[in-house]
Amino acid sequence: MISQLSWKIGGQQGEGVESTDRIFSTALNRLGYYLYGYRHFSSRIKGGHTNNKIRISTKPIRAISDDLDILVAFDQESIDLNAKELRSGGVIVADAKFNPVVPDGIDAKLFAVPITAMAEELGTSLMKNMVASGASWALLGLPLEVFNKAVEEEFGRKGAAIVEKNIEAVKRGAEFVLEQAGGPLDAFKLDEADGMQKLFMIGNEAIGLGSIAAGCRLMSAYPITPASEIMEYLIKKLPKFGGTVIQTEDEIAAVTMAIGANYAGVRTMTASAGPGLSLMMEAIGLAGMTETPLVIVNTQRGGPSTGLPTKQEQSDLNAMIYGTHGEIPKIVIAPASIEDCFYDTIESFNLAEEYQVPVILMTDLQLSLGKQSCEPLDYGKIEIRRGKLAENVPALEGHDLFKRYELTEDGISPRVLPGEKGGLHHVTGVEHDETGRPSENAVNRQKMMDKRLGKLSGMYIRDAIRVDAPSEKPDLLIVGMGSTGGTIDEARRALAEDGITSNHVTVRQIHPFPTELLRPYLHNAKQVIVIENNATAQLASQIKMNAGFADKIESLLKYDGNPFLPSEVHKACKELSANGNVQRV
Amino acid sequence: MATFKEFRNNVKPNWCPGCGDFSIQAAIQRAAANVGLEPEQLAVVSGIGCSGRISGYINAYGFHGIHGRALPIAQGVKLANRELTVIASGGDGDGFAIGMGHTVHAIRRNLNITYIVMDNQIYGLTKGQTSPRSAEGFKTKSTPEGSIESTLSPLEIAMSAGATFVAQSFSSDLKQLTSLIEQGIKHEGFSLINVFSPCVTFNKINTYDWFKENIVNLEQFPDYDPSNRMLAMNKIMETNSMLTGLIYQNTSRKSYEDLITGFKQEALAKQDVMITSGEFDKLVAEFK
Repeated sequence: MISQLSWKIGGQQGEGVESTDRIFSTALNRLGYYLYGYRHFSSRIKGGHTNNKIRISTKPIRAISDDLDILVAFDQESIDLNAKELRSGGVIVADAKFNPVVPDGIDAKLFAVPITAMAEELGTSLMKNMVASGASWALLGLPLEVFNKAVEEEFGRKGAAIVEKNIEAVKRGAEFVLEQAGGPLDAFKLDEADGMQKLFMIGNEAIGLGSIAAGCRLMSAYPITPASEIMEYLIKKLPKFGGTVIQTEDEIAAVTMAIGANYAGVRTMTASAGPGLSLMMEAIGLAGMTETPLVIVNTQRGGPSTGLPTKQEQSDLNAMIYGTHGEIPKIVIAPASIEDCFYDTIESFNLAEEYQVPVILMTDLQLSLGKQSCEPLDYGKIEIRRGKLAENVPALEGHDLFKRYELTEDGISPRVLPGEKGGLHHVTGVEHDETGRPSENAVNRQKMMDKRLGKLSGMYIRDAIRVDAPSEKPDLLIVGMGSTGGTIDEARRALAEDGITSNHVTVRQIHPFPTELLRPYLHNAKQVIVIENNATAQLASQIKMNAGFADKIESLLKYDGNPFLPSEVHKACKELSANGNVQRV
Repeated sequence: MATFKEFRNNVKPNWCPGCGDFSIQAAIQRAAANVGLEPEQLAVVSGIGCSGRISGYINAYGFHGIHGRALPIAQGVKLANRELTVIASGGDGDGFAIGMGHTVHAIRRNLNITYIVMDNQIYGLTKGQTSPRSAEGFKTKSTPEGSIESTLSPLEIAMSAGATFVAQSFSSDLKQLTSLIEQGIKHEGFSLINVFSPCVTFNKINTYDWFKENIVNLEQFPDYDPSNRMLAMNKIMETNSMLTGLIYQNTSRKSYEDLITGFKQEALAKQDVMITSGEFDKLVAEFK
């Protein structure tokens, strides 16, 4: 019996790879397994190799695996490209249609299943996904009725006949492969899962759900990979809550519309990726200057320019921290798990209104699009805090205006929404006085700059850094952010077997940088390694610049478009511990 | 009920003496009073440039944004609170150069807002460069030998973008302008009002006198039917876009707000933000 295994399906984009993965993993989720998915895809819709990989485990997992147990291939290219990942004794389930061959030097068992032929017998090659997932399911020796239940739910709306055909396709795939294999494969027999069905979702969906819970009722956005799922989710849901999604002509319109709507009192967000964020920068400055709450999601992808639009990267830190001209207060949060995506979205809306600043919620592609198990989300933890939102303010005298930018002790002024009789005031991106009127007065300028920039001093979000520090004086402190946490934890288990002690800090508050929280962990570690998906060590630079310790901070960088593998992190950490330096991945 | 004086504040505009923008400011104030608004029911969103300052010169909720983006900000305000009357305003550079993309799409989208362009055919605040509205051959600091680009017709663009309300006026004709702004505010959809607003400092060609000589007022044509799209297009071309008055109005198309599924009449900003646990459970169940 094993506690985890990895399964991958490959084929041409548009050929059913996604749907095979979806139905297979939905059924596994029903049995209570923990799942972690990875999508390899390109910036095209039809054609070109694509593959989806899922890791299946009886325990929580948050990383893709180094190796692969089962590869399902719709074409020879999928075998040629992915067979090297197979561990010795792995299995290939391939469509007999293309006379599959196992490449030289690969120790794998091949089952050629007439996937396309069986699907066509049942009426349509579209049912390839059912034959293939049925065969996979059978090899694992899992109960077929659970799978059939998932099929019923997927196709129920299309009628009993369609359900029946799909169940038949599953059965044929399963029976064929079992006959070839002589029954389920003992080597792939998974321990029973806990039977507790988990939530199974992508980070973008968790963000969408979180925004509804946060009271966000408008989203203005422009489509872009890998952010579009957020708007697609919200356009399905927001009308039920009185709101809507508006697809704008560009990202500048998206962000400025969100600013207008937030100014007028509706929690509104926009979401984009690097190119869109670059276009939004001037407007982010406007939100900072006018103290208008604003939530922007940046689902990081490979940059610069169009870069690697469908690949993993964490290279927007500097742009998010420093982007926009002049100096404004701004919060940048990097959720590190699917649960974070939900709770941090809610918190982003609260912080944006409490501090009256733009908040950038910065995920990365793997976190945004990797489908994974999620712990139950707690309704009781949803909290809406709107800060100094003034209502029923007294009437104004003569030409008086409401002091929207009143100088206060904490720098945060009462905010009033348009429509309020006693709240008339001006808003401008020009430097202004307490009522919002333009002013170039030098004394006023300094006061207003100090007011705005002082708002975030000492501000820490909940879990600004997330710490797992079993050792008081570890050999290594490993620092990461975003989706890399699970990979780092797996590497640490291997390091423990090597006798190397390690602590792990995940930086979640990227800006303002949580220097003082991080400092003791940096101080106590013999060596520090910062792990990030970019080429210029942007997180490590923040740490060195803010906290120091430059002489003991090393970096492990990866910017080839792929997430880190546990083995890569393990190897680099081991080398660092032994030699004092790190080779590039 | 508020009078036009209540839409005045005590800020002295930084426009040059004689600038056409003063009259546009007055027309907005009069129109707001004439349609029965109170200052807090009006939001004026403006762009950047001389004319962009207008949001600070009217006693109402004023939002002075960034260059070229008055329209998306104004649309955001309207979506959040449709009970407000929203006027977007700015210059020809703001709306037809840097912000042209937004202008066309705001027209297509047809939210119920009024867009008043203060069109002086030149960049004033940056001290005299060419604008998309400058005539060919027009000499400016950035076109010392005369502009070699064709002049853009906002009216033709608006018509082809599916506008439901297209008007043009002249800042000196306070009566017509006030009336058009009132009609624009009352129009259930996006209204574009392009207003010739002479720049007395940098534009020595398109002067008050020049406009008086060249403008064709639609009042001269008692039979003119602004609901006839083809007639409107013909008239625009016939007059080389130099006509004033209500050029086109389509009252049959619904505003964007009215077409959004489930969008209520009550301002979104006034609605409950907290979802119930039942609603939450239902949303979460989709991910099992």
